This record gives sequence, structure tokens and C-alpha cells, in this order.
Amino acid sequence: MIEFQYTRASDVADAVRQLAGDPAAKFVAGGTNLIDLMKMDVERPTRVIDITGLQLKQVEGTPGGGLRIGALVRNTDLAYHPLVEQRYPVLASALMAGASQQLRNMASTGGNLMQRTRCSYFYDTALPCNKRELGSGCSAIDGQNRGHAILGTSDACIATHPSDMCVALAMLEAKVHVTGPSGDRVIAFADFHRLPGDTPQRDTNLEAGELITGVELPPRGFATNYTYLKIRDRLSYAFALVSVAVGLELDGDTIKEGRFALGGVAHKPWRDPRAETLLRGQPATTPTFTRAADLVLQGARGYGQNTFKIELARRSIVRALTQAARGTPQSQSDKKIV
Amino acid sequence: MTETPSSVPEPCGDEGSDRYTHPSRREAIVGAASASLVMGASFGATAQSQGSGGGTGVVLVPVNLMVNGTRHALALDPRSTLLDVLREHLDLTGTKKGCDQGQCGACTVLIDGRRINSCLTFAVMHGGAEITTIEGLAKSGGLHPLQQAFIEHDAFQCGYCTSGQICSAAGLIAEGRAQTADEIRELMSGNICRCGAYPNIVAAIQQAMGRT
Repeated sequence: MIEFQYTRASDVADAVRQLAGDPAAKFVAGGTNLIDLMKMDVERPTRVIDITGLQLKQVEGTPGGGLRIGALVRNTDLAYHPLVEQRYPVLASALMAGASQQLRNMASTGGNLMQRTRCSYFYDTALPCNKRELGSGCSAIDGQNRGHAILGTSDACIATHPSDMCVALAMLEAKVHVTGPSGDRVIAFADFHRLPGDTPQRDTNLEAGELITGVELPPRGFATNYTYLKIRDRLSYAFALVSVAVGLELDGDTIKEGRFALGGVAHKPWRDPRAETLLRGQPATTPTFTRAADLVLQGARGYGQNTFKIELARRSIVRALTQAARGTPQSQSDKKIV
Repeated sequence: MTETPSSVPEPCGDEGSDRYTHPSRREAIVGAASASLVMGASFGATAQSQGSGGGTGVVLVPVNLMVNGTRHALALDPRSTLLDVLREHLDLTGTKKGCDQGQCGACTVLIDGRRINSCLTFAVMHGGAEITTIEGLAKSGGLHPLQQAFIEHDAFQCGYCTSGQICSAAGLIAEGRAQTADEIRELMSGNICRCGAYPNIVAAIQQAMGRT
């Protein structure tokens, strides 16, 4: 780890001011990803600005019936918040599917959005990686790519976004509140993370100098028909091979509104509006779910070791939509998949 | 519990033992480490670069750490993880360094009653917080119920993960979320035991849950 200057931010304005004055600075909150990457010399900030003293720790209802989550709310506090458990159980479930309790006790809401890929080549400074060093090449495309992306990839990068929480936030159509030198703005969740294209070094559309202040959930929480299904190599404490967050609104057996997002398959949580349009007005049955899954995976591409993910994703989508339609969401402690 | 007959004590995890005439593992390790401590003892207002950045010198950051009820006024290289400060500055070596990247849980401690990985946080971020390590769990001389339960259930073999397991279990019990064995396993999944003592660990936690 290189030397850095450690400073504390006294409030949001001070945090933004400190970051604006030092392009090589990074914010730290939970630190669970940043410090790991600093130890590996992948992240090399010369100044680390501690934002844990900022007043961004509230979870509160919005006038419109939604929820505003402060950027510093810890993952466990969010997962166990009564309003989240009652109104957005898919978010609580996704949170509890990620990491370990120790890490969830540290990790912040804003930091979860800013997680970087766990591609092993990104972590290994001895090997080429376009995300770490643009132009050096992608070692994963012809390398160890079992965990890598099958959708939205580019010749420059096939990394995945590692978050579980973000998959649920994408399905819920959350909004990301940020502030920066040019003032406040709100970013739709679908626009927050990027596809790699020819700029894989950029994970998000956050501009230089901006700070995430919170995440806002719209009123619709899909609290009756939902699931977060995560498929991984171990039963717990492993990144997703494929995960699916589903929210359905049913009228009898007919789908009024159906949404789903995938994790573990792309550089960002993956939603496909065509597949969700296909679900609308259809019977909540396996043939419907299979058609939606086929549509999502039409453009999927495997890279050898990860080609199995295409069929795994297809089956996971069908299974997750079935779980949600039946009102039997995946348990994150009893790991039986029904 | 029956005792395993053994004429030759296993030299495993036997800290502070005086049964051996040769230096214990602990003494040998401390002996080796003291050489590097001497080298690192010249911390003044600044310390020379130890990293790969080749900078001009680290500005030490003053911080008051409250560990197991004792306040420590320290000036730290901000790169120091809480784990390294506990072990190398405060000599609280019960907290173990396993993977040093948040994957094994051996470094688990409690901050304001919540379990965290001490390897993935900078010590200077925890001024004013109440930090509890394995050394601070037992109150008034006796063992903590989890320590007693781990002994009674033989919930370890080599013992390296045990302090992390016990601190994590203390956090788990305080959270009050785990009721069933499945829930205990899931919420303890951040603590790896490569000896595979998991069934006994779960049994020990279940026993302690009934007692605390």
C-alpha cells in the first residue's frame, strides 16, 4: 500500500471540497473493498478522505411513499430496517445474500454501488487488465473466465459487477442522489453503472468530484411476489455465478407488471425492457417465463469457461419468476431452491 | 467430556505453556518479530516510507483507541489496519491474521458491539469507538459463556480461527437474528474453520445462546 494522507470530512460540502482539490483522493466509508484493493496496489490514492462522520445515516420515508436511504447506512442496518423488511423484502434478501455479516456490518450503501469487479486479473497487477490499465489488454477473455460476463461484454473487458444489493436496486428502479462541485443531481439506477465498451476503466457515470449522498426507492416494492435467487459455488459467502431479483404484480394468474434484473452476468445489473414487456398481460406460467428468459439471453455470449452461465441464467430466470409468482421467495438461510 | 489419552502433549495452540524446556512457539515468534519491531521503533513525527510509493514520509495520525475498556493514545501510520495495531502496537495477539483480506474471519473483533473484520479497516477511523477483542470478552475472571461452550463442545482443533469464531458468535448473539442451526451457519459463514469443526462450533453457539 502506498503512503497516503488521511483526512476527515466534517460535512458533505467539506467532503466535496476536499475531493475537488485532489484528483488522486478517494473517499472511504466501510472500506471493505477500497482497503483490500489498496493492499493489492490496485487502488493507489494519495489522500483518503474519511466520510464516516457525515450525517448520511438515516433511512426515512419520502412524502411520495418511497424510501430515502442515506449513503452511509450499513448493509445490515438496511437489511434489518423494518420499512425495508416490510415494503422492500427483495432488497433485504439481496443484502443478506451478499458477503458475510462482518462485511455487511462495515459496508455502506454508497460504497456497495462503488464496488469494483472481483475479476482476478483486475486484482493481479502483474497481468494485463484494461480496467486497471487501459490499453494493456484483457487477460480474462482467453483466460480464467468462469465467473465472467455473458451479456454486454466488449473486446476490452468481460468483468462483472459483484454486488447483490445493486441487482435488487436495479429491479426496484432506485434513484441515486449525488452531489458535487456542480451541485446535486439524481441518476436513474439503470444509468448509474456502465457497460465496459472501450472505457472499461469507468465503472459508473459518477463524475469526478461527486459524492453519493443517498439512494431513493420508489413506492412500489413488490412485497408480495418477489424473490432474490442467487446461484454460487458455495451455499454462502461467495459471489454470484448468476443471481436474479424479481418483482411481480399479479391479477389472479395474470402478470400486471413484471420486472427482473440479473447479477453475475454483466458489467452492471442487467435488465431487459423487452423481456419485461413480454411478461405484461401474460399468464404467470413456465412457458411465459421461458420466453422471457430466452429473449434476455438472445445476445448472450460465452467465453469458454463461463459458457455454462447462459443455460444457468435461463433456468435461474424461470425458477426465480416461478418463486415470485408462487409467493415463495428464496430463503437466504435455508438454501433449498424450490 | 472424556479426556483423550495422550502421553505426548500436542504442541498446538498451547500458548503460555511452561511444560516445555525449549522455547514455545509463541516465544520463538515473538523473538523473531522483535527484530522488526526494533527497526520500526523510530516512529517520531514522521516515519520513513515502507510502501511501494516512495513518498517523502508518512504523517502520523493521533488517535485514541478504546480497547477492552482501556484507552490507548497512539500516533499511527494511517495505513495501519486495526488488526495490525491490535497485534503489533497493543500486543493483543488473540486476534489472528488469517487471509488479511476479509475472507476468513480470523480477525473478527467487535466495534461498539458489532462484529467486523479488523483487517479491512484503518485503525485511525475508530477513535472513540468501543473495541472488544477476544481478550476483553471474559468478565470478572471467569470465561465468557461462549469460551466455556467452545471448550465443552471441543469446537476447534488447531484453534487459529477460534478467537474470530468466538467474537463473531458474540456479535451474532447480540444481533438476535439467528434461531435455528441453519441460521447460525448462514450468519457465521464469514468465519472459516479449515479443521472443519463446524458442527461443534454450531453446537457451542447454540449452548451459549441459551445461557447469555
